[in-house]
Amino acid sequence: MATLEIDRVRKAYGSMEVLKEVSIAIGSGDFLVLLGPSGCGKSTLLNMIAGLEDITAGAIRIDGQTVNDLSPKDRDIAMVFQSYALYPTMTVRQNIEFGMKIRGVPAAEREKATREAAEMLQMGHLLDRKPSQLSGGQRQRVAMGRALVRHPKLFLFDEPLSNLDAKLRVDMRTEIKRLHQRLKTTIVYVTHDQIEAMTLATRVAVMKDGIVQHLDEPQVVYDRPANVYVARFVGSPAMNIIPGRLKDGPAGAELLMDQPDGGVSRIAGVQISDAARRKYAGRPVLVGIRPEGFSVAAPGQSAVKAAIEVVEPTGPDTLAMFTLGGTEVIARLAPKAVEAGQIADLAVTTAKVVLFDPETEIRID
Amino acid sequence: MVTEHGSAARARRIGRLVIYGSLIALAAFYLMPLWVMITTSLKSLDEIYGGSFIGLPRSVTFEAWSKAWSQACIGTSCTGLKPYFVNSLMMVIPAVLLSTGIGALNGYVLTKWRFKGSNLVFGLILFGCFLPFQAVLLPMAQVLGKLRLSGTIPGLVLVHTVYGICFTTLFFRNYFVTIPDELTRAAQIDGAGFFRIFFSIMVPAALPIMVVSCIWQFTQIWNDFLFGVSFTAGDSSPITVALNNIVNVTMGRKQYNVDMAAAMIAALPTLVVYVVAGRYFVRGLTAGAVKG
Amino acid sequence: MTRKKPISDRVADWLPRLVMAPSLLVILVGVYLFIAWTGWISVSSSRMVPSYDFVGLEQYYRLWATPRWHIAVVNLFIFSSLFLLVTMGVGLVMAILLDQNIRAEGALRAVYLYPMALSFIVTGTAWKWILNPDLGVQKVVNSLGWEGFVFNWITQPTFAIYTIVIAAVWQSSGFAMAIFLAGLRGIDNSVIKAAQIEGATLPRIYASIIVPMLRPAFLSVIVLLSYIAIKNFDLVLAMTNGGPGNATEVPSTFMFQATFRRNQMGVGAASAMMMLMTVAAIIIPYLYSELKESRNGH
Repeated sequence: MATLEIDRVRKAYGSMEVLKEVSIAIGSGDFLVLLGPSGCGKSTLLNMIAGLEDITAGAIRIDGQTVNDLSPKDRDIAMVFQSYALYPTMTVRQNIEFGMKIRGVPAAEREKATREAAEMLQMGHLLDRKPSQLSGGQRQRVAMGRALVRHPKLFLFDEPLSNLDAKLRVDMRTEIKRLHQRLKTTIVYVTHDQIEAMTLATRVAVMKDGIVQHLDEPQVVYDRPANVYVARFVGSPAMNIIPGRLKDGPAGAELLMDQPDGGVSRIAGVQISDAARRKYAGRPVLVGIRPEGFSVAAPGQSAVKAAIEVVEPTGPDTLAMFTLGGTEVIARLAPKAVEAGQIADLAVTTAKVVLFDPETEIRID
Repeated sequence: MVTEHGSAARARRIGRLVIYGSLIALAAFYLMPLWVMITTSLKSLDEIYGGSFIGLPRSVTFEAWSKAWSQACIGTSCTGLKPYFVNSLMMVIPAVLLSTGIGALNGYVLTKWRFKGSNLVFGLILFGCFLPFQAVLLPMAQVLGKLRLSGTIPGLVLVHTVYGICFTTLFFRNYFVTIPDELTRAAQIDGAGFFRIFFSIMVPAALPIMVVSCIWQFTQIWNDFLFGVSFTAGDSSPITVALNNIVNVTMGRKQYNVDMAAAMIAALPTLVVYVVAGRYFVRGLTAGAVKG
Repeated sequence: MTRKKPISDRVADWLPRLVMAPSLLVILVGVYLFIAWTGWISVSSSRMVPSYDFVGLEQYYRLWATPRWHIAVVNLFIFSSLFLLVTMGVGLVMAILLDQNIRAEGALRAVYLYPMALSFIVTGTAWKWILNPDLGVQKVVNSLGWEGFVFNWITQPTFAIYTIVIAAVWQSSGFAMAIFLAGLRGIDNSVIKAAQIEGATLPRIYASIIVPMLRPAFLSVIVLLSYIAIKNFDLVLAMTNGGPGNATEVPSTFMFQATFRRNQMGVGAASAMMMLMTVAAIIIPYLYSELKESRNGH
């Protein structure tokens, strides 16, 4: 267990800057997910924490100790790789014991640690097999077992589930979550899958172009995304970003969005600070509404008029597409709530509405 | 069930016949020289001059083989191929082991420990694979002389190791490139260093390409003639040079059966390797053609 | 402030380069320095022993004024073009035939390829015997009843070079076959199926779809066979020793004779440099494109 501090870290290959002043601090026992599309710098950052890549500028501290110049083996970390990186010519047991052997751990202790890890991951029967004789999920377990026996201060996961099929991925996700709850180790986990981030993390850092866009608890990142990019990246289907205008009236702030038929939809009672209300009054804003922020309006409730174009039933609910503010909008509604071709009145949960500045795309508070 | 139209089925059958016929004819063409070599080497000289070329020997005799092995004259010394066979063995074994070992290390560095300029280094080595050796014969002769290695087996070992490194490095580089870098990273985190990773993880994983490299090097070095004829003379020659000397003796009645037996003796080691491990041999052959 | 790395770590950082250094040094000396050295001798007046003066391109003028060298260059041209054409043709046909779900494919492939395991000296010895007009193939055909059959090319100055082509094709066509076959196996089967559904016949499919798709294999075969052709030395020596007369002289034998037998070290070095430049002109663009492609492919 340890704290991790990434302090104004930069990484450049020649003139190409991959990471631009990244600062992240997490506490002991935290589960940090670095979330972003490929090429955003998240794997580079993980490799720098592991000591597999040099740090161009800034510092990385594990438990308060700067590790910039420590080689990977001296950082007391363990890492699980996307391709599992099992040593192909060694048996599972040899794979797990390799690191301990190098450290000169006595045979009896090695045996004990291996047995414990195997028990925890239910892979005792696999110990004498070669990696090539294992299924994808089993390899994943072995890779985790290899990391577990080290009892490291810090666990690093590099997209560990992306080579697994959908079903197995969900199972292993739960497995990792359970492991974290049991061991309470600090974990840094890289992924491009926002569901993994939401389900696993205690802290999420959404990254893009070498910059941390938003660092917070997953629910906060979901509900109050720092900018339009984060709003669109987290959540599926993505948050609707609808061009609209803010109107300041005696009854409070009101949002106006153009309907395709020429009319205007109004949403009253938006929560916004007084300063922001004064600043944006009468000006365009981007209105962020999650698909589940819509619901079929009760009679008399203020609502947007939606000409439903397409309906996609998913089972537990129905996705309805319509146009608002000149852009396509998706609403998550109860099954069979609406039909294609129908004009529906949809209410908006105003507490969940987030506003963004149309120029900077940053959240307006 | 598909019932085929009669004529279409016949056309297909004729097509197959033509294909198999051509393949067998080609096979006969490729086997013919080997057949001629073996049968000729088992005939008596009289039978050969009597006009039997392609047929089976009337009476099998191993006289030519024993002559080629221990009596045939190379230049003025009539020792047979035996000492030269030994020379080739003494040359080929250390050269194969050295070049393969060095190539393995090079391939490991060039894929798993890339440094600034490592691509350039690989390019420089790669061109060495295609060096026409005529361009280095003269300086090499000078340097071997300075090192007092000219005309010696260690001298040939050195030469074959130097120019063998190019191909072995190519083999191992192209093989290690397919091993994920994550493997080295995992081992680094496990605390393994440069050599530990090489010996505990890379070498065990590289056994197939080790075999390819050894076979390729063995064939190349055993079959080499240019270096042998340029840098050695007399007793220290490798077998290819000795064979050429036997064959090109112009005095007296030419002993074709001995020539063929000698050629077979020189060819046997590489042929045996080919028969035993042909699969690996083909991989070596095509390595120069697959993407680097 | 960051602390300095411990010395052991800094050594570890340099270890890969240290391990690489001896090989690099050996290659730099054995390949590049030696090439430069040969280049130097080629612009000196060296005859029996190297002398390191400078006579400009004199040796190159002398080389190109040598009738033997002209014969060698012409022979190389005849030999290479025929050798490439026939080897590729035979190799491609064998590969296509073998690609038709042949039952004994493994065995046949082994038969076509075994000559590649042989030394050129062995190949030359065997073919010299086969082509021997008094006792070889000519004799066999004669004794079968065709008395007038003459196949004495190996003793005829104008034809001897073609006998070397025959032996070289025999030795190398299996190699071309192996590369073509690998190329054919890399082609997606669905392409053939699609063409069949459109009604194309098998020969048509091969001619207009498959063979064009083998372009990379062709490139490799051409380059590697050219290299084999240019450095061909052993085979000529074993079969004809450059004769009859000097009818089958090629650059490699010329270089060897001039340098080690006729005390014309300067001319020999000049001819070696000519060979090197020819090879480099073919190989360097090839390596460059191969490496570039593989880098893009990553």
